[in-house]
Amino acid sequence: MRVPGMIYSSDRMAGGIGSDESPRQVANVAHLPGIINYSFAMPDMHWGYGFPIGGVAAFDTTEGVISPGGVGYDINCGVRVMTTGITRADIGGKLNDLVTALFQNIPSGVGSTGKLKLSLKEERRVLRDGARWAVENGYGSPEDLVTTEDGGSMEGADPACLSDRALDRGRAQLGTLGSGNHFLEVEVVDEIFDEEAARAFGLEKGRIAVAIHSGSRGLGYQVCDDYLARMVKKIHTLDFPLPDRQLACVYLASNEGKEYYAAMSCAANYAWANRQMLMHWTRETFERALGMSPRTLQMRLLYDVCHNIAKIEEFPVEGRMRRLCVHRKGATRAFPPGHPALPAQYRPVGQPVLIPGDMGTGSYILAGTDRAYTETFGSTCHGAGRVMSRSRAVKVSRKRSIGREMAERGVVVMATGKRTLMEEIPEAYKAVDDVVDVVHRAGISKKVARLKAIGCIKG
Amino acid sequence: MDKRYTTFDHTADLGIEIYGRDERELFANAAFALFDIMTDVTAVYLKVERDISIEGTGWEDLLVNFLREVLYLFNGEGLSLSSFLVTSLDRTHIRGTVRGEFFDPDRHCLHREIKAVTYHRTEIVKGVHGLTARVICDV
Repeated sequence: MRVPGMIYSSDRMAGGIGSDESPRQVANVAHLPGIINYSFAMPDMHWGYGFPIGGVAAFDTTEGVISPGGVGYDINCGVRVMTTGITRADIGGKLNDLVTALFQNIPSGVGSTGKLKLSLKEERRVLRDGARWAVENGYGSPEDLVTTEDGGSMEGADPACLSDRALDRGRAQLGTLGSGNHFLEVEVVDEIFDEEAARAFGLEKGRIAVAIHSGSRGLGYQVCDDYLARMVKKIHTLDFPLPDRQLACVYLASNEGKEYYAAMSCAANYAWANRQMLMHWTRETFERALGMSPRTLQMRLLYDVCHNIAKIEEFPVEGRMRRLCVHRKGATRAFPPGHPALPAQYRPVGQPVLIPGDMGTGSYILAGTDRAYTETFGSTCHGAGRVMSRSRAVKVSRKRSIGREMAERGVVVMATGKRTLMEEIPEAYKAVDDVVDVVHRAGISKKVARLKAIGCIKG
Repeated sequence: MDKRYTTFDHTADLGIEIYGRDERELFANAAFALFDIMTDVTAVYLKVERDISIEGTGWEDLLVNFLREVLYLFNGEGLSLSSFLVTSLDRTHIRGTVRGEFFDPDRHCLHREIKAVTYHRTEIVKGVHGLTARVICDV
């Protein structure tokens, strides 16, 4: 190991550590060339391919590596949260209608295809411009870009670095939610922990919010799969030993490293365009289903974060600023107050960090801190973290009606696949309260608000 | 050997254990396993045929690359496959013909999704009754 590993956890959660191979994966990452300070894992850590999910590692841009396994298959899987000007009472008896309308208007489910057919030329624009493409084509407003991480568009995205297969898969699926743990949730602001930050974020107790969790669909998977295969093929040419083939990587400064970064950036942009479109249709659906004007609804994008990404960012290391390639795989950026990457309205309180819980639980809104900036390369946890395999979850929920259980908890759930509901039962995940408590107490982000789910659509 | 494959748990993912009397049967059964897990292979007519030719750096690598290819035919092109014929095979190259038809949501059902075949801990072991392979899939 070139650097030590650091796992954020608590007495309460520590019992689960070691129940899978993820601590070994934290150690494996620590072997990679150019790694700086620590191989980190967030409290929602669980087993992943190569890097653990919940893993954070920063690499020197000249001597360090970049690894598709450090980003994940679903490149720029992420979350956005919208605040609204309405309360649960304003929805009244229309909650079921609203969730049904969302379910009908937002394409979801395995292999779902979108409402629009893109030309190859148009797809390349999506890949280069990301959410900006979506706004320019009538999906949302320019203000949405201000509150999206990186403005919803990574620089250096080059569509020429994508295979025809990746491009083909991307064309059919833009504007779809997907399946598995992806969702769209209607939530209520349930508890405020930090008044000042909540005010800056536009969060008010009792108000409705909407969370969207989705990624880069088949395109991102194909990019990861293509580059992983290319890198695995060349493993024997590396001048250092690799403890796991799935950890295949290349030097960031090499041609292949640059190509992967450019391809990954395309997939990241695709995901931002995708979430921007899903949000646009959500706004339209709220207006129609509730018969309210945009003025009444005030559906404003609080923020959009990605939690599967590698990015070039600057951090202080041993007293001087260095450009590093930060891998966040199942981890969220958490920039501190005053950081120039933040929009002016959030600069006094820090970056909004959006943490989805398990199905039907709700979400946490946190804020980035100085401690995260100096300790974890501006990173924190990303969600609840799976503890039970999908097939085990299906087994334990076989005789239950998950839809009814959710309804008893006051959550209207609709899903394309019955199996998805069973795979996503709450007990399959670590408690999100515990995960958030750890990062709050460690000071790498602070609790701002908790949102409770009342409606949920799943693929 | 009756059983072509079984599945095992792997935290967030799906493990598949595949059996075969020899490499040819093992590879064909592995492709069958993917489609049997995802779809109802008995409802698929053999209307479309594709020849494939895939390379690898050894048996394990070749198996993953072969499975990545047939999975792409489903996830990327919408081809539901049910017949897998291996015509030539050595430790670095496989040629074969796969058959099936385009997935039709009105006639075909989708049991569950497999999103990727990974290189993680792929192994092929020789036993008394033949070969056993293990692969981990992202679902």
